[in-house]
Amino acid sequence: MHELGVVFYVIKDVKEVALQNNINKVNSVTLDIGEVSGVIHEQLIDCWDWAKKREPVLEEAVLKINTIKAVTFCEDCKKEYETVAHGKICPYCGSENTYLLEGNEFSIKEIEVPDEDN
Amino acid sequence: MGKVRVIEIHENVFAKNDQKALETRKELALKDILFINVMSSPGSGKTTALSSLINKMKGEYKIGEMDVDIHTDIDARKVSDATGIETLQINNGGLCHIDADMTSRALEEYEKSGKLEDFDIIFLENIGNLVCPAEFDTGAHKNMMILSVPEGDDKPLKYPLMFSICDLVLISKIDTLSFFDFDIQKAKENILRLNPKAKIIPISAKTGEGMDEWQSWIEDCKKNLK
Repeated sequence: MHELGVVFYVIKDVKEVALQNNINKVNSVTLDIGEVSGVIHEQLIDCWDWAKKREPVLEEAVLKINTIKAVTFCEDCKKEYETVAHGKICPYCGSENTYLLEGNEFSIKEIEVPDEDN
Repeated sequence: MGKVRVIEIHENVFAKNDQKALETRKELALKDILFINVMSSPGSGKTTALSSLINKMKGEYKIGEMDVDIHTDIDARKVSDATGIETLQINNGGLCHIDADMTSRALEEYEKSGKLEDFDIIFLENIGNLVCPAEFDTGAHKNMMILSVPEGDDKPLKYPLMFSICDLVLISKIDTLSFFDFDIQKAKENILRLNPKAKIIPISAKTGEGMDEWQSWIEDCKKNLK
Protein backbone atom coordinates (compact mmCIF):
# COMPACT_ATOMS: atom_id res chain seq x y z
CA MET A 1 0.00 0.00 0.00
CA HIS A 2 1.05 3.60 0.26
CA GLU A 3 2.17 3.61 3.88
CA LEU A 4 5.77 4.47 3.07
CA GLY A 5 4.67 7.39 0.93
CA VAL A 6 2.60 8.91 3.70
CA VAL A 7 5.38 8.33 6.23
CA PHE A 8 7.59 10.56 4.05
CA TYR A 9 4.85 13.23 4.17
CA VAL A 10 4.68 13.02 7.96
CA ILE A 11 8.46 13.23 8.29
CA LYS A 12 8.59 16.29 6.06
CA ASP A 13 5.92 18.08 8.10
CA VAL A 14 7.42 17.18 11.48
CA LYS A 15 10.89 18.23 10.37
CA GLU A 16 9.50 21.58 9.38
CA VAL A 17 7.80 22.05 12.76
CA ALA A 18 11.01 21.02 14.52
CA LEU A 19 13.02 23.53 12.52
CA GLN A 20 10.56 26.36 13.22
CA ASN A 21 10.62 25.61 16.95
CA ASN A 22 14.36 25.00 17.26
CA ILE A 23 13.84 21.41 18.28
CA ASN A 24 16.63 18.92 17.79
CA LYS A 25 14.95 15.86 19.20
CA VAL A 26 11.41 14.55 18.96
CA ASN A 27 10.20 11.91 21.46
CA SER A 28 6.99 10.95 19.75
CA VAL A 29 4.63 11.82 16.94
CA THR A 30 0.89 11.22 17.32
CA LEU A 31 -1.29 10.76 14.27
CA ASP A 32 -5.07 10.93 14.05
CA ILE A 33 -6.10 8.13 11.74
CA GLY A 34 -9.69 7.42 10.77
CA GLU A 35 -10.92 3.84 10.88
CA VAL A 36 -11.72 3.81 7.18
CA SER A 37 -8.76 5.82 5.92
CA GLY A 38 -7.32 2.61 4.48
CA VAL A 39 -4.06 2.83 6.40
CA ILE A 40 -2.68 -0.34 7.98
CA HIS A 41 -1.27 0.60 11.36
CA GLU A 42 1.35 -2.14 11.66
CA GLN A 43 2.72 -1.35 8.22
CA LEU A 44 2.73 2.34 8.94
CA ILE A 45 4.76 1.77 12.11
CA ASP A 46 7.18 -0.54 10.28
CA CYS A 47 7.71 2.10 7.61
CA TRP A 48 8.12 4.77 10.28
CA ASP A 49 10.72 2.76 12.18
CA TRP A 50 12.70 2.29 9.00
CA ALA A 51 12.42 5.84 7.69
CA LYS A 52 13.04 7.72 10.96
CA LYS A 53 16.60 6.38 11.18
CA ARG A 54 17.49 8.55 8.23
CA GLU A 55 16.50 11.70 10.11
CA PRO A 56 18.66 12.68 13.12
CA VAL A 57 15.89 14.72 14.76
CA LEU A 58 13.45 11.78 14.57
CA GLU A 59 15.84 8.92 15.25
CA GLU A 60 14.26 8.08 18.59
CA ALA A 61 10.73 9.23 17.89
CA VAL A 62 7.94 6.76 18.59
CA LEU A 63 4.92 6.81 16.30
CA LYS A 64 1.63 6.82 18.20
CA ILE A 65 -1.72 6.32 16.52
CA ASN A 66 -4.97 7.75 17.74
CA THR A 67 -7.84 5.96 16.00
CA ILE A 68 -10.91 7.96 15.06
CA LYS A 69 -14.14 5.99 14.83
CA ALA A 70 -15.87 6.07 11.48
CA VAL A 71 -19.41 7.43 11.55
CA THR A 72 -21.83 7.56 8.62
CA PHE A 73 -24.89 9.81 8.33
CA CYS A 74 -28.10 8.72 6.61
CA GLU A 75 -29.70 11.50 4.55
CA ASP A 76 -33.07 9.75 4.55
CA CYS A 77 -33.69 8.93 8.21
CA LYS A 78 -31.14 11.51 9.53
CA LYS A 79 -29.52 8.98 11.85
CA GLU A 80 -25.84 8.29 12.43
CA TYR A 81 -24.38 4.80 12.56
CA GLU A 82 -21.02 2.99 12.79
CA THR A 83 -19.50 2.71 9.34
CA VAL A 84 -17.32 -0.32 9.98
CA ALA A 85 -20.23 -2.46 11.13
CA HIS A 86 -22.74 -1.45 8.47
CA GLY A 87 -20.93 0.04 5.48
CA LYS A 88 -22.80 2.23 3.04
CA ILE A 89 -26.30 0.91 3.80
CA CYS A 90 -28.15 2.48 6.72
CA PRO A 91 -29.02 -0.18 9.34
CA TYR A 92 -32.13 1.78 10.41
CA CYS A 93 -33.92 2.36 7.12
CA GLY A 94 -31.93 0.44 4.48
CA SER A 95 -31.13 3.59 2.48
CA GLU A 96 -27.94 3.94 0.48
CA ASN A 97 -28.24 7.69 0.55
CA THR A 98 -25.54 8.04 3.18
CA TYR A 99 -22.22 9.78 3.59
CA LEU A 100 -19.20 9.53 5.84
CA LEU A 101 -19.17 12.10 8.66
CA GLU A 102 -15.79 11.16 10.05
CA GLY A 103 -13.32 8.31 9.93
CA ASN A 104 -11.30 9.22 6.86
CA GLU A 105 -8.79 11.40 8.73
CA PHE A 106 -5.07 11.22 8.32
CA SER A 107 -3.48 14.06 10.20
CA ILE A 108 -0.65 14.85 12.55
CA LYS A 109 -2.16 15.55 15.94
CA GLU A 110 0.87 16.52 18.00
CA ILE A 111 4.49 15.84 18.77
CA GLU A 112 6.24 15.42 22.10
CA VAL A 113 9.65 16.96 22.61
CA PRO A 114 12.04 17.21 25.59
CA ASP A 115 11.17 20.22 27.72
CA GLU A 116 14.71 21.43 28.25
CA ASP A 117 17.26 22.87 25.93
CA ASN A 118 20.48 20.96 26.24
CA MET B 1 14.20 11.38 31.95
CA GLY B 2 13.46 15.04 31.49
CA LYS B 3 10.06 16.58 31.16
CA VAL B 4 8.28 16.57 27.86
CA ARG B 5 6.44 19.30 26.07
CA VAL B 6 3.61 18.74 23.60
CA ILE B 7 3.35 20.74 20.40
CA GLU B 8 -0.06 20.49 18.81
CA ILE B 9 -0.02 20.36 15.04
CA HIS B 10 -3.44 19.18 13.81
CA GLU B 11 -2.45 19.24 10.20
CA ASN B 12 -3.87 17.00 7.52
CA VAL B 13 -0.98 14.97 6.14
CA PHE B 14 -2.26 15.56 2.61
CA ALA B 15 -2.72 19.31 3.05
CA LYS B 16 0.56 20.34 1.42
CA ASN B 17 0.04 17.96 -1.46
CA ASP B 18 -3.48 19.26 -2.01
CA GLN B 19 -2.19 22.83 -2.01
CA LYS B 20 0.51 22.00 -4.54
CA ALA B 21 -2.04 20.19 -6.71
CA LEU B 22 -4.31 23.21 -6.62
CA GLU B 23 -1.46 25.47 -7.77
CA THR B 24 -0.54 23.13 -10.62
CA ARG B 25 -4.15 22.98 -11.79
CA LYS B 26 -4.43 26.76 -11.78
CA GLU B 27 -1.13 27.37 -13.52
CA LEU B 28 -1.86 24.90 -16.30
CA ALA B 29 -5.38 26.24 -16.80
CA LEU B 30 -3.95 29.75 -17.20
CA LYS B 31 -1.69 28.40 -19.92
CA ASP B 32 -4.69 26.61 -21.45
CA ILE B 33 -3.10 23.20 -20.98
CA LEU B 34 -5.42 20.33 -20.05
CA PHE B 35 -3.82 17.83 -17.65
CA ILE B 36 -5.43 14.39 -17.37
CA ASN B 37 -4.50 11.68 -14.88
CA VAL B 38 -4.98 8.19 -16.34
CA MET B 39 -5.16 5.30 -13.88
CA SER B 40 -5.81 1.56 -14.08
CA SER B 41 -4.63 -1.88 -13.04
CA PRO B 42 -1.47 -3.21 -14.65
CA GLY B 43 -2.32 -4.78 -17.99
CA SER B 44 -5.59 -2.94 -18.61
CA GLY B 45 -4.30 -1.63 -21.91
CA LYS B 46 -3.53 1.88 -20.72
CA THR B 47 -0.47 2.35 -22.89
CA THR B 48 -2.19 0.93 -26.00
CA ALA B 49 -5.41 2.91 -25.49
CA LEU B 50 -3.50 6.15 -24.87
CA SER B 51 -1.26 5.59 -27.88
CA SER B 52 -4.22 5.15 -30.22
CA LEU B 53 -6.01 8.17 -28.77
CA ILE B 54 -2.88 10.30 -29.13
CA ASN B 55 -2.44 9.17 -32.74
CA LYS B 56 -6.03 10.21 -33.43
CA MET B 57 -5.63 13.64 -31.85
CA LYS B 58 -2.03 14.64 -32.48
CA GLY B 59 -2.75 16.30 -35.83
CA GLU B 60 -4.94 18.85 -34.16
CA TYR B 61 -3.43 19.12 -30.69
CA LYS B 62 0.07 19.22 -29.32
CA ILE B 63 0.09 16.39 -26.80
CA GLY B 64 2.57 15.50 -24.09
CA GLU B 65 2.71 12.38 -21.98
CA MET B 66 4.19 11.72 -18.56
CA ASP B 67 5.03 8.19 -17.75
CA VAL B 68 5.89 6.53 -14.49
CA ASP B 69 7.15 3.04 -14.39
CA ILE B 70 8.87 2.00 -11.27
CA HIS B 71 11.87 0.31 -12.83
CA THR B 72 12.03 0.99 -16.56
CA ASP B 73 11.14 3.54 -19.17
CA ILE B 74 9.49 0.89 -21.33
CA ASP B 75 6.05 2.54 -21.36
CA ALA B 76 7.45 5.96 -22.21
CA ARG B 77 9.40 4.44 -25.08
CA LYS B 78 6.35 2.46 -26.23
CA VAL B 79 4.16 5.54 -26.35
CA SER B 80 6.78 7.70 -28.01
CA ASP B 81 7.58 4.96 -30.57
CA ALA B 82 3.90 4.45 -31.34
CA THR B 83 2.96 8.11 -31.58
CA GLY B 84 6.12 10.14 -32.10
CA ILE B 85 5.07 12.57 -29.36
CA GLU B 86 7.20 13.92 -26.56
CA THR B 87 7.17 11.70 -23.48
CA LEU B 88 8.60 12.46 -20.10
CA GLN B 89 9.66 9.87 -17.59
CA ILE B 90 8.81 10.67 -13.96
CA ASN B 91 11.04 9.24 -11.33
CA ASN B 92 8.99 8.54 -8.24
CA GLY B 93 11.65 6.78 -6.20
CA GLY B 94 9.91 3.42 -6.40
CA LEU B 95 6.81 4.48 -4.50
CA CYS B 96 3.34 3.15 -5.31
CA HIS B 97 1.79 6.48 -6.25
CA ILE B 98 2.39 9.81 -7.97
CA ASP B 99 1.79 13.01 -6.07
CA ALA B 100 1.61 16.69 -6.91
CA ASP B 101 5.28 17.28 -6.11
CA MET B 102 6.38 14.69 -8.64
CA THR B 103 4.15 16.00 -11.42
CA SER B 104 5.15 19.60 -10.78
CA ARG B 105 8.83 18.63 -10.95
CA ALA B 106 8.18 16.90 -14.27
CA LEU B 107 6.28 19.94 -15.55
CA GLU B 108 9.20 22.13 -14.53
CA GLU B 109 11.45 20.02 -16.75
CA TYR B 110 9.16 20.82 -19.68
CA GLU B 111 9.16 24.46 -18.65
CA LYS B 112 12.96 24.62 -18.46
CA SER B 113 13.32 23.26 -21.95
CA GLY B 114 10.79 25.86 -23.11
CA LYS B 115 8.34 23.21 -24.26
CA LEU B 116 5.56 23.53 -21.72
CA GLU B 117 3.72 26.42 -23.37
CA ASP B 118 3.45 24.49 -26.64
CA PHE B 119 1.26 21.78 -25.20
CA ASP B 120 -2.52 21.67 -25.45
CA ILE B 121 -3.00 18.46 -23.52
CA ILE B 122 -0.75 16.46 -21.17
CA PHE B 123 -1.60 12.94 -20.06
CA LEU B 124 -0.19 11.43 -16.91
CA GLU B 125 0.04 7.69 -17.24
CA ASN B 126 -0.10 6.81 -13.56
CA ILE B 127 1.24 3.64 -11.92
CA GLY B 128 -0.76 0.50 -12.63
CA ASN B 129 -2.53 0.13 -9.30
CA LEU B 130 -6.15 0.69 -8.24
CA VAL B 131 -5.44 1.60 -4.63
CA CYS B 132 -2.66 4.06 -3.93
CA PRO B 133 -2.89 6.44 -6.90
CA ALA B 134 -6.49 7.21 -5.91
CA GLU B 135 -5.31 8.68 -2.60
CA PHE B 136 -3.09 11.42 -4.00
CA ASP B 137 -4.11 14.52 -5.90
CA THR B 138 -1.68 14.89 -8.81
CA GLY B 139 -2.77 18.34 -9.89
CA ALA B 140 -4.63 16.97 -12.90
CA HIS B 141 -7.81 18.72 -14.05
CA LYS B 142 -9.55 15.41 -14.65
CA ASN B 143 -9.12 11.89 -13.34
CA MET B 144 -9.93 8.98 -15.57
CA MET B 145 -9.42 5.27 -15.34
CA ILE B 146 -9.52 2.24 -17.56
CA LEU B 147 -11.30 -0.95 -16.52
CA SER B 148 -10.61 -3.76 -18.96
CA VAL B 149 -13.08 -6.55 -19.68
CA PRO B 150 -10.80 -9.41 -18.48
CA GLU B 151 -10.61 -7.79 -15.02
CA GLY B 152 -14.30 -8.44 -14.32
CA ASP B 153 -17.40 -6.33 -13.75
CA ASP B 154 -17.01 -6.51 -9.96
CA LYS B 155 -13.83 -4.40 -9.85
CA PRO B 156 -15.72 -1.26 -8.74
CA LEU B 157 -16.90 -3.14 -5.65
CA LYS B 158 -13.35 -4.07 -4.73
CA TYR B 159 -11.75 -0.68 -5.33
CA PRO B 160 -14.49 1.82 -4.46
CA LEU B 161 -12.23 4.85 -3.88
CA MET B 162 -10.67 4.66 -7.33
CA PHE B 163 -14.03 4.46 -9.06
CA SER B 164 -15.51 7.22 -6.96
CA ILE B 165 -12.84 9.83 -7.76
CA CYS B 166 -12.84 9.37 -11.55
CA ASP B 167 -14.65 11.73 -13.91
CA LEU B 168 -14.41 9.20 -16.71
CA VAL B 169 -14.29 5.41 -16.68
CA LEU B 170 -13.39 3.63 -19.90
CA ILE B 171 -14.39 -0.01 -20.19
CA SER B 172 -11.63 -1.24 -22.47
CA LYS B 173 -10.96 -4.32 -24.60
CA ILE B 174 -14.66 -4.69 -25.42
CA ASP B 175 -13.62 -6.62 -28.52
CA THR B 176 -12.97 -9.52 -26.11
CA LEU B 177 -16.45 -9.47 -24.51
CA SER B 178 -17.49 -12.80 -25.99
CA PHE B 179 -14.64 -14.58 -24.19
CA PHE B 180 -15.40 -13.34 -20.68
CA ASP B 181 -18.33 -13.31 -18.27
CA PHE B 182 -18.30 -9.56 -18.17
CA ASP B 183 -21.69 -7.90 -17.89
CA ILE B 184 -21.36 -4.31 -19.16
CA GLN B 185 -24.69 -3.30 -17.66
CA LYS B 186 -23.68 -4.66 -14.27
CA ALA B 187 -20.30 -2.91 -14.46
CA LYS B 188 -22.04 0.38 -15.26
CA GLU B 189 -24.45 -0.05 -12.35
CA ASN B 190 -21.58 -0.82 -9.98
CA ILE B 191 -19.71 2.30 -11.10
CA LEU B 192 -22.70 4.65 -11.03
CA ARG B 193 -23.70 3.48 -7.60
CA LEU B 194 -20.35 4.70 -6.27
CA ASN B 195 -20.14 7.71 -8.51
CA PRO B 196 -23.40 8.88 -10.09
CA LYS B 197 -21.59 11.62 -12.02
CA ALA B 198 -19.08 9.33 -13.73
CA LYS B 199 -19.08 9.26 -17.51
CA ILE B 200 -18.66 5.69 -18.81
CA ILE B 201 -17.46 4.87 -22.32
CA PRO B 202 -16.87 1.31 -23.60
CA ILE B 203 -13.90 1.27 -25.97
CA SER B 204 -11.69 -0.97 -28.01
CA ALA B 205 -8.34 0.43 -29.07
CA LYS B 206 -8.20 -2.46 -31.54
CA THR B 207 -11.47 -1.88 -33.43
CA GLY B 208 -11.63 1.84 -32.68
CA GLU B 209 -15.05 1.55 -31.05
CA GLY B 210 -15.74 4.34 -28.55
CA MET B 211 -12.58 6.22 -29.45
CA ASP B 212 -14.50 9.14 -31.00
CA GLU B 213 -16.58 9.50 -27.86
CA TRP B 214 -13.45 9.47 -25.69
CA GLN B 215 -11.89 12.12 -27.90
CA SER B 216 -14.93 14.38 -27.68
CA TRP B 217 -15.02 14.02 -23.89
CA ILE B 218 -11.43 15.28 -23.84
CA GLU B 219 -12.22 18.11 -26.25
CA ASP B 220 -15.12 19.18 -24.03
CA CYS B 221 -12.83 19.20 -20.98
CA LYS B 222 -10.37 21.32 -22.95
CA LYS B 223 -13.08 23.82 -23.92
CA ASN B 224 -14.30 24.08 -20.35
CA LEU B 225 -10.83 24.64 -18.93
CA LYS B 226 -11.07 28.42 -18.94
